[in-house]
Amino acid sequence: MLTLECPCCGVKAEETELQAGGEAHLKRYGPGSTDEEFDGYMFSRKNPKGVHFERWRHAYGCGKWFLAARCTATLEVFGTYPAQSKEPPADLQAKIRAKRPNWEGYK
Amino acid sequence: MSTRLSRGGRLIDRAKPLNFTFNGRRMAGFAGDTLASALLGADQMLVGRSFKYHRPRGLVASGAEEPNALLGLGEGARFEPNQRATTTELFEGAATTSQNHWPSLDFDIGAVNNTFGRFLPGGFYYKTFMFPRFAWKHVFEPIIRQSAGLGKAPVARDADRYEYAYAFADVVVVGGGIAGLTAALAAAKAGKRVWLMEQTAHWGGRAVVDGVEIDGEPAESWVNETIETLGKMDNVTLRTRTMASGLFDHGYIMGYERVADHTPGDGRPRHRLWRIRAGHVITATGAIERSLSFAGNDIPGVMLASAVRDYVVNWAVSPGDRTVVVTNNDDAYRTALALLDAGLLVPAVIDARPEVTGALPEAVRARGVRILAGHGIAKVKGAKRVTGVSVCVQAGEGAELETIACDAVAMSGGWSPVVHLWSHCGGKLVWDEERAMFRPDPARPATGADGAAMVTAAGSANGCLTADEVLADAHKAAGGKGKAPSAASAAEAPLLPVWIMPQGAGPALRMKMWLDPQNDVKVSDVQLAAREGYESVEHTKRYTTLGMATDQGKMSNINGLAILSDALHRPIPETGTTTFRPPYTPISLGAIAGEARGEIFQPLRRTPMHEWHETHGAHWEPVGLWRRAYCFLRHGEGVHDAVHREIRTVRNAAGLLDASTLGKIIVKGPDAGKFLDMLYTNMMSTLPVGKCRYGLMCSENGFLSDDGVVVRLSDDTWLCHTTTGGADRIHGWMEDWLQCEWWDWKVYTANVTEEYAQVAVAGPNARKVLEKLGGMDVSKEALPFMEWREGTLGGFRARVYRISFSGELSFEVAVPASEGRAFWEALIAAGEEFGVAPYGTEAMHIMRAEKGFIMIGDETDGTVIPQDLNLHWAISKKKADYLGKRAQERSHMASPDRWKLVGLETLDGSVIPDGAYAVAEGVNANGQRNMQGRVTSTYHSPTLNKGIAMGLVKHGPDRMGEVLDFPVDNGRVVKARIVDPVFYDKDGEKQNV
Amino acid sequence: MSKAVSALGGVSHQGFAEVAEAGLRGMITVRGDLSSAAMKKAVKAATGTAVPAPRRIEIAGDRAVAWMSPDELLVMVPYAAAQDAVAALEKALAGEHHLVADVSDARAVFTVRGAKAAEVLMKLCPVDFATLAEGEIRRTRAAQVAAAFWKSGAEEFTLVSFRSVAGYVMGLLEVSSRKGSELFPA
Ligand SMILES: [Zn+2]
Repeated sequence: MLTLECPCCGVKAEETELQAGGEAHLKRYGPGSTDEEFDGYMFSRKNPKGVHFERWRHAYGCGKWFLAARCTATLEVFGTYPAQSKEPPADLQAKIRAKRPNWEGYK
Repeated sequence: MSTRLSRGGRLIDRAKPLNFTFNGRRMAGFAGDTLASALLGADQMLVGRSFKYHRPRGLVASGAEEPNALLGLGEGARFEPNQRATTTELFEGAATTSQNHWPSLDFDIGAVNNTFGRFLPGGFYYKTFMFPRFAWKHVFEPIIRQSAGLGKAPVARDADRYEYAYAFADVVVVGGGIAGLTAALAAAKAGKRVWLMEQTAHWGGRAVVDGVEIDGEPAESWVNETIETLGKMDNVTLRTRTMASGLFDHGYIMGYERVADHTPGDGRPRHRLWRIRAGHVITATGAIERSLSFAGNDIPGVMLASAVRDYVVNWAVSPGDRTVVVTNNDDAYRTALALLDAGLLVPAVIDARPEVTGALPEAVRARGVRILAGHGIAKVKGAKRVTGVSVCVQAGEGAELETIACDAVAMSGGWSPVVHLWSHCGGKLVWDEERAMFRPDPARPATGADGAAMVTAAGSANGCLTADEVLADAHKAAGGKGKAPSAASAAEAPLLPVWIMPQGAGPALRMKMWLDPQNDVKVSDVQLAAREGYESVEHTKRYTTLGMATDQGKMSNINGLAILSDALHRPIPETGTTTFRPPYTPISLGAIAGEARGEIFQPLRRTPMHEWHETHGAHWEPVGLWRRAYCFLRHGEGVHDAVHREIRTVRNAAGLLDASTLGKIIVKGPDAGKFLDMLYTNMMSTLPVGKCRYGLMCSENGFLSDDGVVVRLSDDTWLCHTTTGGADRIHGWMEDWLQCEWWDWKVYTANVTEEYAQVAVAGPNARKVLEKLGGMDVSKEALPFMEWREGTLGGFRARVYRISFSGELSFEVAVPASEGRAFWEALIAAGEEFGVAPYGTEAMHIMRAEKGFIMIGDETDGTVIPQDLNLHWAISKKKADYLGKRAQERSHMASPDRWKLVGLETLDGSVIPDGAYAVAEGVNANGQRNMQGRVTSTYHSPTLNKGIAMGLVKHGPDRMGEVLDFPVDNGRVVKARIVDPVFYDKDGEKQNV
Repeated sequence: MSKAVSALGGVSHQGFAEVAEAGLRGMITVRGDLSSAAMKKAVKAATGTAVPAPRRIEIAGDRAVAWMSPDELLVMVPYAAAQDAVAALEKALAGEHHLVADVSDARAVFTVRGAKAAEVLMKLCPVDFATLAEGEIRRTRAAQVAAAFWKSGAEEFTLVSFRSVAGYVMGLLEVSSRKGSELFPA
């Protein structure tokens, strides 16, 4: 069972205090988008074996959503950061790259 | 004969005799005994029958690896099957029973399976599953069902209670032997927060039995001193009777504490499941001795050499007067010495190694014991008890050279590190050829949240053999500073891997060599599996059931996979091990459930009026975790009658519904209107202050997810009502969008569901009831339909919404929850003269169906869009966007062929079963009848006195008047006409008065 | 007028610790910019204390204010004073983007008292009590429901849950505090 540190309140929360929210950094496609764009937004998920960016909510704590970078194979947690981020922070990306030289980047 | 010796026994207290029974027979033991030592001390070697052949089974081991001695323990509400005698402490009055025998342990009819053993080879179950079918059903299954199986499931409700506890530590050390103590001390001295747990009731492990000397003193006193030192340190938690059952992600380790197993009924929780988060885990879990595979190695009296010495040293119990030791290593000679020290006879040590010259063998030889080097056991003599062994050369095929009379055999096939915890979370093993063992591979440990190793194996669990090696390894594992404790250990000669004894044994002998005595798997079964093409150890395990018993093959799995490797002509590491999964040994279901049973099985949500309902005949209905009154039963009234009475009350007088469970979420801020326009399919920003509007919410996938009345409280504040089940979900949904997508929008939300008790006062007399209470003006002019006002009613602070879900004149009144009970009682009192009565959810459901109002969860099931329900009027055409809008533009969503909401009226007035399908002409590609619609809600309407229903029907709204066929049961078909779903008061005159 | 009653009527149980429903307490959810001058003034006026730092609770007599999230506080006052406090907070925050909601009736408050009070909560909450600081409020779960607690005295914890599950929470506390089930018996 995972432990993730909530960047909003600093609590090291265990998984039972959290709610998982799936892949992070999705771009929303609304009316006017093509079927392909909408399909990608609604249904297509990366599901990598390796580095993954995820949404988590500190549901039993401060109630805030945050994002986490994690290895789905080893469960190593590279870091957590605020949900109000357009992309993973640069220092976090650098850290991941140092640990996983073959990582193809978050996009 | 096994017997209690007159002196010795470091764990028993002879001043405290304890009485117990075995199969009704009275026996006596001492405080400090396990059930196993007490049974052996009372000469009860035979403890059960095997799973498949019902062969007699005796005690083999002294710990968690024991495969045979599973007993029923306790009586009535404290009965539990499959209790391992070797790990259960004796207590006064313990009632134990053997299992898996009929009619008695000594005489078992099922043992005929034994005679016909050749009909039940490995893979038997699979083969009979395959063909012929009738044989399985009519021949094999009845026989197997009669004969197979372990203990009986308890019947009575468990009298005990259980609990969880959460703990945190920098270092968790598992195992209270000398390795665990050394590691714990090293970590504690370094200032770490340390948890040390030991599965038995005693510290020290094997070293104290083996008479090791540590730092110049006997192991026992070193252990006592170390425990005393640790006990005084604030940063150390010591826990005996606590087994680490599993290691999980991010250092999450489960500790199964048997708090009161040895003191049943003393009021304490029986078991406690510690859920511990460890910075690092040190597994000092020791090693388990392996059995040897020789013919008749399952006959009661054949035991592990280490167990024999445990029984003698710890509990002063001799398994037999004459014990033959059979071994492939030096360690087993300690057993010979222990037996000799206790004044018992060792007729011979049979050692498979051609040369035996180590210090330990020499010590045994010096005491006049005959050592037969290069020999093995050809066969054990005896049936229910060993009477002797015949000797052969290990290198041969089993020709019997001589027979040695004995009543016990102590066998040792070497040691296997206990690697379970190391492996649970992904730690890998490496095959140590020299020591013939799988040991933890330090290069491939389980890793934690930081990507670094989260487990270190220490001592015997890490493959160390001598005490000195163990201590140094454990000290190092914990990062110990300075010198490790040291032990004077005699050098031990290497073992000789022996997987079959003798190595050239033919089929007749191999069929009597047991690998898994609980599941009756023999050497020949594994070899057969290999011949039949099973190459994967995981497949072989399931095919033969090797290691699938409750002991999970702790004693002999390695022997099994060595034999498999041999049969497949490949090295052991290539075969590998089966997967080690938690729990290490079985844990009670009670411990897994923890405190969650009875009243606190799950959180029950109660409204402020709950107790009033309870005392006024409420027939409860669970709605999520809430309890809502389905109806209120009057004396002698049935549910159906009560519901219909309640509906008549609302339609003709007035009723009170406890609507407190409805979700209530405040949405406030400069961008709140914009936000709600995105959330709801219709416009909420244009709702005037003081008014209410019904709204729909969809998922991004377009499907209807919740509905409710939205209230504009002030210029920048809205109150959104949700369904009872939707409050937390919708509040979370709002926060998700505000935090993760539109974080620059200035909107705050607050879930105030539980702040208010809410009561629907509905019916033609509703206004009169409120006016009787007095206070704010609730006249048609002052409070029109779909508006709200704030004020006081009968002295209560109240917010009154004129909304109706019943179709009648209706007010929903919200008061502070703390005053809800008093307000409800005031309404009941004020309403008495107007014929007021409470009504429940079923009356509400029927009345809304009479009005054609949809219900989330009835008309919707996650595949229904608002357009299917003809709710176009609640879907804004003006808005460029709302959640779900893009999805609803997809071709399938816009298709005219979607099933749409209609009313259904049965031709004969009956009620269509819920979920019934309307059939169409023809069949589909699978040969099934084509369908054209289904029922979503269906009731008998007391108002209209007939069956009414709502349903989704292909092109439904265009087919008014058409009659559909609904096949229901036994070929019966209900005919129903498609009608307008609004059955009652189509123009809404009743609610708007 | 004493129409207002707490969920459990102040029930209590004496085990190895005493667990009790503490009765009604005025509670107000305040959301807004916690660093703004208006917020500081509003909180000072309501409780006499500063705006608490993250995960802290500031207590002054029968009033207190707890940090609930980066944009949310929980102001606690005597039950009878809640409506006035709501009005005062609204007034003080007028002109700021904010939300003030009276939640006094949506909560149940419990106390756990005794030298081993923490052991009751250790059975229910996945929280490391050794690292729980003085003046820290911890939002977590108690078994299956949301809860928040803080150390309210030398040997006392105060725990807050939703009102509807008060009976469940009291059931948890009662079972977990039964004599003989101490986690670390002396
Ligand atoms: Zn948080």
